[in-house]
Amino acid sequence: MALDVFAPWDDPNAKPLIQFQNVTKRFGDFTAIDDLTVDIFEKEFFALLGPSGCGKTTMMRMLAGFETPTEGQILLAGQDIGAVPPNKRAVNMMFQSYALFPHLSIWENIAFGLKRDKMPKDQIGERVEEMLRLTRLEKFARRKPHQISGGQRQRVALARSLAKAPKLLLLDEPLGALDKKLRQETQFELMDIQETTGTTFVIVTHDQEEAMTVASRVAVMDHGQIVQVSTPDVIYEAPNSTYVADFIGDVNLISGKADPQDDKLHMHWAEGQPAVVGSPLDGAAKGQDVHYAIRPEKVSISAEKPENAANTIQGEVHDIAYLGNISTYHVKLAGGQIIKAQSANNRRISRRAFTWEDKVWLSWTDTAGVFLER
Amino acid sequence: MRRLLIAVPFLWLLALFIVPFAIVFKISLSDLAVAIPPYTPTLDFAEGWAGLKAFYAELDFENYIWLTEDDLYWKAYLSSFKIAVISTLLTLLVGYPIAYGIARAPQEWRAMLFMLVILPFWTSFLIRVYAWMGILSQEGYLNQVLLWIGVINEPLIILNTNIAVYIGIVYTYLPFMILPIYAALEKLDISLLEAAEDLGCSRFSAFWLVTIPLSKQGIIAGSFLVFIPTIGEFVIPSLLGGSRTLMIGKVLWEEFFSNRDWPVASAVAVVLLLILIIPIVLFQRNEQKQREADK
Repeated sequence: MALDVFAPWDDPNAKPLIQFQNVTKRFGDFTAIDDLTVDIFEKEFFALLGPSGCGKTTMMRMLAGFETPTEGQILLAGQDIGAVPPNKRAVNMMFQSYALFPHLSIWENIAFGLKRDKMPKDQIGERVEEMLRLTRLEKFARRKPHQISGGQRQRVALARSLAKAPKLLLLDEPLGALDKKLRQETQFELMDIQETTGTTFVIVTHDQEEAMTVASRVAVMDHGQIVQVSTPDVIYEAPNSTYVADFIGDVNLISGKADPQDDKLHMHWAEGQPAVVGSPLDGAAKGQDVHYAIRPEKVSISAEKPENAANTIQGEVHDIAYLGNISTYHVKLAGGQIIKAQSANNRRISRRAFTWEDKVWLSWTDTAGVFLER
Repeated sequence: MRRLLIAVPFLWLLALFIVPFAIVFKISLSDLAVAIPPYTPTLDFAEGWAGLKAFYAELDFENYIWLTEDDLYWKAYLSSFKIAVISTLLTLLVGYPIAYGIARAPQEWRAMLFMLVILPFWTSFLIRVYAWMGILSQEGYLNQVLLWIGVINEPLIILNTNIAVYIGIVYTYLPFMILPIYAALEKLDISLLEAAEDLGCSRFSAFWLVTIPLSKQGIIAGSFLVFIPTIGEFVIPSLLGGSRTLMIGKVLWEEFFSNRDWPVASAVAVVLLLILIIPIVLFQRNEQKQREADK
């Protein structure tokens, strides 16, 4: 029995929870968001990924109501929310700095939003206890924010923003202040909580690993525009541009001239080097500038020239980055270009097959990489 | 070395507080005399041990008892207290919005706004109080402007009333209120207000539930900085206040210079100091709490 895959974005009948319709936001001369259109569906864990200044935070602040679009509109469940102030939106936000009220206890922090809704006292108590249980903070209810650790504060911020059961939860770099190990643990916690509560999450992050881990879909942003929106695997395996390929993970990028042959695309890229062979790119004419992106882990490295490989290049080991579980070899080609190849260290380091200045062969299949137009 | 460092503030306190206080306290236990200095006994070292004994035998608490018998004094203390409380509240009401405005102003404006708050301090305090006399008197600028606009038909009598005293005190002590409140507001993270709004607060309730509690330390510090000197204030009530403005500072001055009754004046001063110890201790405690919270 196949699992029912959660993919409302592929369903033409699905109603999006949030719709950005040609939204533009300008601050003076600066265009933070440039004619952006995107749909986000209910129960999604949607990640906005990009370098600082790409407009991802502005997008989130427009969802929260702290900024209004200069042009275009934002719909929440079909309603234009442009004019709705933040305190009237069924949207809550978890701030990057957590923004916990220092003069209130953890319990009061979580109850803050509920009290504003004039919820009866006993219901507030119940709801706060529920949130404390969800985030495993029962023991800290009476403490003040400065009396708990960073990881606990992060959970308080999450509990507080979830307490009002918002339709949409916004998370602004929620794990940025945590150290790596705690961050990884918390990512899974976040996913669990998102699943348990069934809330739609929109997360802003510049950490591609984080976005890939938690999100159902990732939007890669640059200069106020979304470059690509897709599931993490598509973003990684089939980026639509060199920008996305380069932003997500490690990649070898080569540029050259297209040369379509039969059902494959060849790319001539350097004097004396064989053409790169790969799956064709729609509409690539002979002689057109194209780019080729291939991930280092898809490049094999061997001492002998492998047979039957679609692409083989010879080079010399220039550098080795030892990362424990894997090693990245920087292989210098005859023309001076560097190609990165990764291999798992399934042997101890003393028995490593290659060392500096060894002559090696790099090879990959004709489906390992992708041709890109831009 | 450490002892030496600690010794400096202690010597400072000894020379400029403890010793003068001891002298004043001693005078307060003496009796009025037509002499120079105008009290007795005075310590005569020539008579040796017997002289010292005789000196101590003559000291008593008569003047303090006198303070309780004449209702002028406790009325003056009470009236000073009342005026100090009201002026502190007024200064807070005026100062808080100014501090808030400066804290929320663009970074590049703040230095200039501060300058405007502090600038009057560069002129003599006395001149500024005299200037207020010119503004508030019956033929003063304020009345002229109001008459010219047509708001009033007859000049208002402000000078030589308690209202003039309040105006003078608020004007003089405003910076002491603004600075600590500004310091508290400037530290306030804007995202806390956004969080409050995000959780359902209106702008106003976010201010009430977040901004005010988080600037509490500044409000307390500013209030004490205004309240403590105001209780003993002398120049403002004597120049701007009327004959019916009763403040202990003024009483003290009159005892000292008009009546030349140094012993009673000293007793008034000692009692005033004892009264002020309570708010000073509270102020120190607030500062301590602030430091602990900042850690």
